[in-house]
Amino acid sequence: MTHDTLRLVVVSAGASNPSSTRMLADRTVQRVTTKAEAHGHRVSVDVIDVRELLPELPQALSSQFMGPGFTRAIKALAQADGIIAATPVYKASASAAFTGFFQVLDNDLIIGKPMVLAATAGTSRHALVVDQEVRSLFAYMRALPVPTGVFAAPEDMNDAALAARIDRAAQELVTLMEAGFASAVRGDTWDSYSHEFGSAGAVESAVDFSSEMMRLAAGGSLPRAHSTE
Amino acid sequence: MQFGIMSVSDITRDPVNDYTPSEAERINNLTRIALKAEEVGLDVFAIGEHHNPPFFSSSPTTFLAHVAAQTQHLTVTTSTTLITTNDPVRIAEEYAMLQHLSKGRMDLMLGRGNTAPVYPWFGQDIRQGLPLALENYNLLHRLWREDVVDWEGNFRGPLQGFTSTPRPLDDVPPFVWHGSIRTPEIAEQAAFYGNGFFANHIFWPKEHTQRMVQFYRQRFEHYGHGTAQEAIVGLGGQTFIGKTTQEARRNFQPYFNEAPVYGHGPSLEDFSTQTPLAVGSPQEVIDKVLGYRDYVGDYQRQLFLVDHAGLPIEMVLDQLELLGGEVVPTLRKEMAERRDPAAPDAPTHASLVKAKYGDAEPRQPRPNANRGDNVTGDSPYQDSDGKHTVYPEL
Repeated sequence: MTHDTLRLVVVSAGASNPSSTRMLADRTVQRVTTKAEAHGHRVSVDVIDVRELLPELPQALSSQFMGPGFTRAIKALAQADGIIAATPVYKASASAAFTGFFQVLDNDLIIGKPMVLAATAGTSRHALVVDQEVRSLFAYMRALPVPTGVFAAPEDMNDAALAARIDRAAQELVTLMEAGFASAVRGDTWDSYSHEFGSAGAVESAVDFSSEMMRLAAGGSLPRAHSTE
Repeated sequence: MQFGIMSVSDITRDPVNDYTPSEAERINNLTRIALKAEEVGLDVFAIGEHHNPPFFSSSPTTFLAHVAAQTQHLTVTTSTTLITTNDPVRIAEEYAMLQHLSKGRMDLMLGRGNTAPVYPWFGQDIRQGLPLALENYNLLHRLWREDVVDWEGNFRGPLQGFTSTPRPLDDVPPFVWHGSIRTPEIAEQAAFYGNGFFANHIFWPKEHTQRMVQFYRQRFEHYGHGTAQEAIVGLGGQTFIGKTTQEARRNFQPYFNEAPVYGHGPSLEDFSTQTPLAVGSPQEVIDKVLGYRDYVGDYQRQLFLVDHAGLPIEMVLDQLELLGGEVVPTLRKEMAERRDPAAPDAPTHASLVKAKYGDAEPRQPRPNANRGDNVTGDSPYQDSDGKHTVYPEL
């Protein structure tokens, strides 16, 4: 356990209000909270509704310029102990709002953070989108999606099997949050991941002065035959 | 504190009247803009370097020499000179020449350039952009400080017994600013050499600028060039001034909407709130610019972008009247009142000569007689230190 209070952040890209995607995320939150509280934790929940950030997305995509909504979302994710990311599926892909949101974040913002990946769709033919598409996005970001992906087509909504999958994903998330994996990774091995100055939501300000480039900046020279091709 | 303008030399369609100037018109107009900058009392004119349309400024020293020849007080400089795709030997030669012709009224700002296709046109590779920039400057630094340079690196042929001519004016190298948005290695190099650091400041929210400037200041002090407060900092900025807020916004809006880089993106209101862009009445612009020092400290040079995005020449000249007539005089006064006395002014040729020689006469290198072999050898000048030249083993 890393904190008295476990900070859970929900990223929901549901398009309507209410949306089935948000409802699926909320059901997951409820199970995670119940299980965590049963283990003696308090849980705080922050919800990032991607739909509300859409007016800021074009400038974030075109010039990496983060508006106030994105700035708040980034701060919440930087402090999250666990994340529930939920998207509708359109045309066999996660919604563009969902992928757009994550694509503009710093590569190192959510390294090591446990996540539940959830998706809703109008047809069960989209069932593998969570595991075959969404999961690879978070592999790139070096986050830690739990083994169970949560997918719900209309016929699943009232099915006890969905509740069981949500329950399982929630249990996996709580176990990973309690294990303190994210803080361990971000403590001991943080430097072994790629970072940029000011990345990770503006917390990354360490500079390795012993790097080849830093030595070159300080009047040194590169090893010879540092090939240009 | 210096105030000036910087141009990227873009030739952009005027979205209001659908008119695209020719290269010839834009080049002439930018000369008018530079001369106007001096006329309205600004201190600095900067031009960028580009090697692809719709920009014209492939040869900044030619342009700046033309401007310097027609002005008396203006300092001409670059925003930026490409330290990656230019041979540092050519930079040393061209800018030393500009320094002589302008009687020292020049400096330069180095940048990497982020247009990938440009690199191979000059035999380089953008993937090596950072080491290229760092190594090239290490060489440039020596070419201006040592009469005879022996050098080997990774990105150009080795030099043996090479003398960059002409030697800098009064044997005092041009002052160098290193420009960067987000690369700490560039700030580190600026700090290591005690050079200036210039933050683009336009496309990023202030937190990025603040972080980079703070890092540069700390490292400047670390390398013993003075206190962090004495480091030499420049900022970019962007203004559009109207008699009233409404007039400024109304006139700038169509150009903002279609501006290269940020056009078709954020709203003018959001961009004005979240970036250093200052659009409004003279007082609004003054208040906004005065706020910059809250997060970078007392600084030395402020350059504004005023002539881009297809703004017509008449409008740009009007902007300069407002900038030089109403905004900058107040900024000078207000900044002087707020300024810590320990904060230095931007270096000039005169101050650098003074720092090097005190009241003594500056060195004036006079070449030895031509030996007929076109190699300067170890003592090209009558007062050179005789030093042994290492020739390559074949």
